[in-house]
This record gives sequence, structure tokens and C-alpha cells, in this order.
Amino acid sequence: MQMRAPRVERDPAASWDFPDERGHFGPYGGVFVAETLQAALGELKDAYEAARQDPAFRAELAYELEHYVGRPSPVYHAKRLSDELGGAQIYLKREDLNHTGAHKVNNTVGQALLARRMGKRRVIAETGAGQHGVATATVAARYGMECVVYMGTEDVARQAQNVYRMKLLGATVVPVSSGSRTLKDALNEAMRDWVTNVSNTFYIIGTVAGPHPYPMMVRDFNAVVGKECVTQMPALAGRQPDVVLACVGGGSNAMGIFHAYIAHAGVRLMGVEAGGLGIETGKHAATLSAGSPGVLHGNRTYLMQDENGQITETHSISAGLDYPGVGPEHAWLKDTGRAEYVSITDDEALAAFHVCCRTEGIIPALESSHAVAQAMKLAPTMAKDRILLVNLSGRGDKDMHTVATASGLSL
Amino acid sequence: MSRIAAVFAKLSADGRSALIPFVTAGDPSPSVTVAMLRALVKAGADVVELGVPFSDPMADGPTIQRSSERALAAGMTLAKVLDAVAEYRREDDRTPIVLMGYANPIERMGHEAFATRARAAGVDGVLVVDYPPEECEDWAAAISGVGIDPIFLLSPTSSAQRIDGVSRIAKGYIYYVSLKGVSGASNIDTTDVEAAIARIRAKTNVPVGVGFGIRDAATAARIAGFADAVVVGSRLVEEIERSSPDEAPARAGAVLAGFADAVAAVSRKAPVA
Repeated sequence: MQMRAPRVERDPAASWDFPDERGHFGPYGGVFVAETLQAALGELKDAYEAARQDPAFRAELAYELEHYVGRPSPVYHAKRLSDELGGAQIYLKREDLNHTGAHKVNNTVGQALLARRMGKRRVIAETGAGQHGVATATVAARYGMECVVYMGTEDVARQAQNVYRMKLLGATVVPVSSGSRTLKDALNEAMRDWVTNVSNTFYIIGTVAGPHPYPMMVRDFNAVVGKECVTQMPALAGRQPDVVLACVGGGSNAMGIFHAYIAHAGVRLMGVEAGGLGIETGKHAATLSAGSPGVLHGNRTYLMQDENGQITETHSISAGLDYPGVGPEHAWLKDTGRAEYVSITDDEALAAFHVCCRTEGIIPALESSHAVAQAMKLAPTMAKDRILLVNLSGRGDKDMHTVATASGLSL
Repeated sequence: MSRIAAVFAKLSADGRSALIPFVTAGDPSPSVTVAMLRALVKAGADVVELGVPFSDPMADGPTIQRSSERALAAGMTLAKVLDAVAEYRREDDRTPIVLMGYANPIERMGHEAFATRARAAGVDGVLVVDYPPEECEDWAAAISGVGIDPIFLLSPTSSAQRIDGVSRIAKGYIYYVSLKGVSGASNIDTTDVEAAIARIRAKTNVPVGVGFGIRDAATAARIAGFADAVVVGSRLVEEIERSSPDEAPARAGAVLAGFADAVAAVSRKAPVA
């Protein structure tokens, strides 16, 4: 079977009920792992299915999200930014205000509670920018679990502060020097740890990728973001947005804010990928915009790959978007046309970062700056009564060094 | 009868286990792959597993991962692996060759194109590590249709239901992963493995081979006492890593010969046919 983007005959968004029993989103997703991991994934799937239907688990998760994470996060009307652009009104979903500074903690709280329910005392994670590693180390400390975080040596160097944060929180950070020494290699290494220590270890994947049930489970734990927006937007802006925008690396913050809006047919969903130095240079991480379907990290999805099917190295100024795959549900949202995917270059993201700092007093993560940049492109083309909702998925404290370096300064 | 079936039938009649070396094609260089096949068969390989290098070998340990990186850096591709098999087939039409690798390079070539080219090259079986049976029905049909065996894994954590599932569709042989972990990990407990092989044998007549963690001749001999095949991988790849490209085939052959003597010395009852 040659994998090509399939033609879609009907409108699956009318009743978006994915994945199927075995984790498929149309032709994407699934469980493409060696036999050695099948039992662990089966156990996880059963435990998650039981937990999500258990009122006690849901109540505990809701309590933790409110009192530990600080939910609900506000939606904020970026009025000065909107006025300056002279078009559509831009609203920001403030995931940057969560404990640990990004949406990532929504998922790690959920998975850690599940790990505890399953009796696993050790959690492991992979991390790129370090945000998911920090969010995992945080909940491991909160619930008294041993924590090991795998991180590419390239990222360890780029994100020294987050490495120190994880250590402060009691985690062991293991540098990974194989392959391209970035997120994908950290993920490979975490999988190897899991297959070796599966009886006492829970693998907390940080994005909506990997084998089933991870893409579904990580989406579900982040879906609180979109659910809150659906009630917040009418209260604040009088109606639902015309466009919802979010950056996409693996795609967890985007799935989080998109999911509740899929059924709102009038709302455009726009994922913003990392265009790096420009798609035409080949140095980017715009998997959906420029990649092709294949199998990596346990699921079928769009990948950055060469003509021989080897995974290629990606580039983005933002470590959190620097990944050669993407969640399988995004692949299916793209093929069905329910969501559209565009890319923003390093330079455009940096420019948006500075504008956001100066007009709103909000320092966004470089990842989220990609979504802000796309909103800034879009807003002037739309009438003033149109509404753009941007998932401001994280804050930029971690990026001071990168931004200063890009501006020719050293801190 | 396929080459794989013929080899296992002959060994079974002789009361012997098969010795199966694994090396990564193109390690340390694409130009020595044919010489490597020759050396391994000369040293006593009954079947050869040839790894197709992949950039992200998730189920492998550091030794095999480094061999993949060396092969890719030297320019190895799936197409060149098939070329090497075709070249070797001109001098040996008897020894089965099984490709072992990951799904993505094969998907990139396309299932049908791969099946056609692999058949023409003389490939006998293919083990795709990240194709469990339930995700690859069309793949299994495509290669079975041209007479190539889809080889599947079972492991210590496989449920009775999964053992049933694999037993129903298995062809060629079943590859039992002898430990929880990645390739090349420490030595295995052969008592546990023997019990697991007995459970699989109760479900199928397809030969069952054992691999992962067989690092010395004594362990290989113990496995040969009850399994249909013994797979030796990381130990050979370590030897290749320590060798110059020119010496690699001879040195890997010398290591394999030690395993071959140990396995050949073990006589066991023929399995129920």
C-alpha cells in the first residue's frame, strides 16, 4: 500500500468521534510498536478507559486542575495589539498563566494521577524545550514519584535553565546523544527505558503522538482548554471566535483548543507550524505543510523524511516545535479539511514575540509566538468585528537566552 | 518448498537447531555486505537476518543503533540492501535471507513495489519490528502473495490471545524476543525462555527461534537444546564495530564460528512435525 493523502467522501466533522477502538484517525494513528510494548499499551488503554469513566478520578483531576494548576485560565482581549493591526479582534487563551508556565501540565497531572491509580511508582518522560520535562518533574514531586527525563544533548545545551528546574524538582535528567540529539531521539530513548522497566514504570508522553492510546489520552487531558473557551468566549466577546489558532509541533496545545471546536462548523481551525528558515530552505519543522505520510514512534502520520524513508532533521528556533512528526489526529484534520495548517518562519515568530511583549505586556513562548504571528498576518485582512482566538500555550521566560542571542546580545 | 521451510526441515531431521546471525546491512559500509553474507554462511549460518538500517530504531539498544547510524552515514538504503541480496543470490541459492527493519523505509518504497523487488532479489522473509499483525494485514498479504514469509515477534509479555493471533498467521518462523528490553541487553534466564517456547509450541507447528540477549556460546547451546533457532545479533555487531571495514567479515565470521560449534554440538529431539 502506497500511503497517499486519501480523498474524503463525507464530512467526518459532522460527528467527530475519533479515534476508533484501535486508535485510528482515518488512516492515521494506530499501534505501530514492537511486540515487547503491546502488553504495556493494552494495560494503559484499559486503565485509561476505566479511569475516564470513573467519577472519582474525574473529580480528583478537576480538583487538581483548579487548585494546583490554577484553572480555568483566562481568555484575554488583546485590545492594543488588535487596534494596532486595525482588523479582527485578537483574544488570547492564557495557558501561559498555568502553574509551570504552559499547557503541558494539564496532561502531566492527568497521566500522573493515572500512573498512581495503576500503582506505578516511577514516571519517565521525553522533552524537547524542557516544558514537558518540567511539567512531569513537577507532578512527580507533587505525587511523590521517582522521575527520569530524557532530553537530547542539543536541547540540554539550548535549555539549560529548564534542565536545572527539573533537577530542583528532584528529577534525573538523562542527556541523549544518539541520532540528531533532539526530541525524537529522547523519545526513542524513553521508549527503550519503558520496554525495559515496564512493570513499575509509567511513560508520560508529552504530545498527541505515539501509539494509541496516547494521542487520544493527551488530547483528552488538554481538551479542557477548548472546553473553557467555548463557555468563556460568549461571556467575554458575545460569541464564538471566527478562527482558532494554535502552534503545532507534536500538536498537543492545538488539539487541546481545537477539540471542543471541531463540532462548531462555523469556526475555522488553523494550526501554525514552524517554518524555520523558510520551507524552501528545507530547514524547518512544518511536517503537515511539507511532509508526507509514514510510520514513526508508534503511529502513522505525516513525517519529515527523505526519499529512502529515513527521518530527516528539522529546524526551528523554538525547541518545542522541533519535531519531525505530528499527532495523527492533526493528519486526519488536515486530510478532511476540517483544520488548515500554515507555517511561520523563525523571523516572523521573533517579530511577533517582540510585538506581543511591547503592546500587551505578555512575554509569550517562542512556540506560541508562531500562532501570534499568524494571527497578526490574518487580523488586518479581516473586519474589526471578526474574532481570532489564539492559544497562548506558554510563557517565554525559558526563551530569554534564545531571543537575546537572536538579537545579537548575550545575557 | 521455500528456502526457510527446507532449512528447518533438514535441521529438524538432523535433530539440530538453526543458527541465525543478525548484522545490519551496510555496516560498516555497503560494499562489504556481500562479503559479510559470504563469511557468515561459511562460518555456519543456517539463515541470515539482514538489518535494514533506520534513523530511529526504537526497539534496538545502543549497539544496533550505532550500526544503523554507521550504515546510513555510509549511504546504505533499502534499495541497496535488495541489490546486495540479489548479488549474493548469484552464488548461493540455498541459504534463506530474512530482512529485519522498521516500517517507514518499506512504506516509502511502497508495499507492492517492495514485494516485487524483494522477490526478484531472492529475499525469503521480512520481519518489520513495528508492524504488529493487526496493523499490517495488507502488507502481510502483499509479501505472502509473492512467496515471502512475514515473520512476527512474540515476547515474555505477550498474552495468550496475542500468542494465538501470531500463531494463526505466522509463516517461516516465529521470533521469540527472550527478554523485556531492547536488543543487546544482558544475558537471559533460559529456564523462563524454555517455558515460553513450550507455550508457543502448543499453538503452532511453525519453528520458533529465540533472540535478544544471547551473548556467548554457552547460552546459545542451552537455547539450542529446546528452540528451533538461535539468533545472535549484538555480539556480532560489536565485533564489526571494533573491526576495520576490510576485516569486518572475517572477524564477524570467526565469532559466529564459535557459536556454530556450540549449537552444532547440541542434539535435540525433533519437534512434533
